[in-house]
Amino acid sequence: MSHDSTAALSYLQEPKGLKSWLLTVDHKRIGIMYLCAIMFFFFVGGALAVILRTELLRPERILMDADTYNQFFTLHGAIMIFLFIIPSIPAALGNFLLPLMVGAKDVAFPRLNLASWYVYVFGALFCLYSIISGAVDTGWTFYAPYSTTTSTSVISMTLGVFILGFSSIFTGLNFIVTIHKLRMPGMTWFKMPLMVWGLYATAIIQVLATPVLAITLVLLIMERLMGVGIFDPAMGGDPVLFQHFFWFYSHPAVYIMILPGMGIISEVISTFSHRKIFGYKAIAYSSLGIAFVSFLVWGHHMFTSGQSEIAAMIFSFLTFFVGIPSGIKVFNWVTTLYKGSISLETPMIYALMFLFLFMIGGFTGIMLGALALDVHLHDTYFVVAHFHYVMMGGTVMAFLAGIHYWWPKMFGKMYSERWAKVVAVIIFVGFNMTFFTQFILGAKGMPRRYYTYLDQYQPLHGFSSVGAWVLGAGFMIMAVYFIASFWSKRKVGDNPWGALTAEWETSSPPPQHNFLTDPVFKHGPYDYDKIAVVGDYYKQSGGTKMAEKI
Amino acid sequence: MSTTHADAHPKFLQHHFGTAFQQQESSKLGMWLFLLTEVLFFGGLFCAYAVFNAWYPETFVNAHKALSWQLGGLNTMVLIISSVTVALAIRSMQLGKKKLTFNLLAITVLLAFVFLVIKYFEYSHKIHLGQLPGNLYTYTGIEGTNPHLFFSVYFMLTGLHGVHVVAGIIAISWMMYRVHRGDFSAEYYTPIEMTGLYWHLVDLVWIFLFPMLYLIG
Repeated sequence: MSHDSTAALSYLQEPKGLKSWLLTVDHKRIGIMYLCAIMFFFFVGGALAVILRTELLRPERILMDADTYNQFFTLHGAIMIFLFIIPSIPAALGNFLLPLMVGAKDVAFPRLNLASWYVYVFGALFCLYSIISGAVDTGWTFYAPYSTTTSTSVISMTLGVFILGFSSIFTGLNFIVTIHKLRMPGMTWFKMPLMVWGLYATAIIQVLATPVLAITLVLLIMERLMGVGIFDPAMGGDPVLFQHFFWFYSHPAVYIMILPGMGIISEVISTFSHRKIFGYKAIAYSSLGIAFVSFLVWGHHMFTSGQSEIAAMIFSFLTFFVGIPSGIKVFNWVTTLYKGSISLETPMIYALMFLFLFMIGGFTGIMLGALALDVHLHDTYFVVAHFHYVMMGGTVMAFLAGIHYWWPKMFGKMYSERWAKVVAVIIFVGFNMTFFTQFILGAKGMPRRYYTYLDQYQPLHGFSSVGAWVLGAGFMIMAVYFIASFWSKRKVGDNPWGALTAEWETSSPPPQHNFLTDPVFKHGPYDYDKIAVVGDYYKQSGGTKMAEKI
Repeated sequence: MSTTHADAHPKFLQHHFGTAFQQQESSKLGMWLFLLTEVLFFGGLFCAYAVFNAWYPETFVNAHKALSWQLGGLNTMVLIISSVTVALAIRSMQLGKKKLTFNLLAITVLLAFVFLVIKYFEYSHKIHLGQLPGNLYTYTGIEGTNPHLFFSVYFMLTGLHGVHVVAGIIAISWMMYRVHRGDFSAEYYTPIEMTGLYWHLVDLVWIFLFPMLYLIG
């Protein structure tokens, strides 16, 4: 029954021509354009990381001198944060899915959506230009006063990030209005998929926090251009003010990165457990809770920066509150798994990896939020490892779960499930080799961002570098099987996984205006207790066993 | 609702909205969110002002005397009147009076230019005296530590506000063109209303800037 609807032309087939893509206002095409752009930058940032790790194999020079090394780690950070991970889930997957999930024809402001993509590309060009005109060596945080005095091209990089901020704001603004005003008839707030809740909480942060980064970067640029002195201690200004401003954005920004990932995990775990999500409202509210708390904890990045002791104590205490909504989510996901009919397809494997890695990332985050311990671990590899466990073990794993989960919906093609599983294992092993090692390095006192190190750290650094190569190899194979999937002859069907959210009700890939008839809310996104759907994927691959299970 | 799109819809209604009301409500919410980002954008600078005002209170009191409260006050009046005219423009469009709408928008643009001209005289006077931000500061007549920081904050705040005034002039002029072209009616005037909201914000930011910079102490 489901294959009949694919008779209508999909958004990929119609309208035709390059111009129809470049001027499209279709959220699905804009999502795909974003996906291409961010995957390009993920590749660039990843390549930089592998080169960095190779340099760190031994304490002496292997590939580059110390100055180049500083530029490389700055570019790795800036590209991964501003060009890949912030837009990754919201702008690429979110753009594609949000209107489908709420049963709308498009986002509220389609032209603004297209503008956001062009603004992103425009900002990215400034960032790329900064690479060839003397790449920045300040670290991705651009701390003053070093960033106002270094001879590298801080202006073009920060101007690029300033511009990228607008694309992020446009996306967030669009999502909030779409969720408020364009839900299909019958879909009340607590009938929305949890992915939508995740995107909603993300969008709130994007809209509220990004402008503060914008003004900070404007002041930084003015500092370099005319020496306004606001961040310059020699002129009576305050460099710590820069840090306050910067983290007022950048701490909430790490929740811009993780919240939509948590949305994906909610979808994937429920679908592949074939069980109603446990604690729906608690997960929804905890997304908003995380968004709220995110604005109150920025000072935990500055325990050693000279803020007052009382401020540091309050920020430390408030930081522990982040653990509550995050814990609520994890417990609800685990409880959803309990007595579910779990099927271990690739998206689910990544979701389980997320649970494991995110918990390590989360707990070490609480450790770093504890004032006394942080003074010891501050600016060591422990922080680097924590950050990568949350951002890569968390967000990137969720992103990978999402891209495998929705790949058949986006392109109507199926990747090789066997290769995908092999790669998932490679990535899991490579990731833990690379970053768990860094917890130990940091605890032993290895400072972050150093070009060279004492001989005693060499075995651990070497092991971490080999892990990075494994990780890199995993991603290369992934790129191959995703590209190869375009030649796959296998039909995927409208609903390969047997999920109940609205995007699976339209064809794969969807038609230009998403649904052939205006959708009306029929059943909850997780009503697996009431409705039994066998996914097309299982029907094809001897799915009778699955049918019996549910 | 039609399943293809746009058949039975009025011309101004975009295909992905079900009703004109839904479209208008979406625009309003979107605009308010945008205004929120503007508040936070200026918020950073207000914060810098608060920090330096707390650190160097005497300098700030002494330095504010270099600003002309008469010119600042005049500009405040100009912007408040322009807020009234833009509100009246929306009202007259709701009543379907296109000619009146056009004229009221024209008066608003004119007042915005008056604001910029007055600002130009203030700026050139300060540039002449060397009351400039940071490194460029050469004036010697203000007592207290780091008087250049007052002018850094002053020029950043009023400069960014000035950029917003220019953006407002462009937006309102575009609305004048669209009124002239006949895009709007008593049923559809959302873009004018949104432009008006933006202009009120530009006005409101100035209402805060004026006492903070011109009237302290």
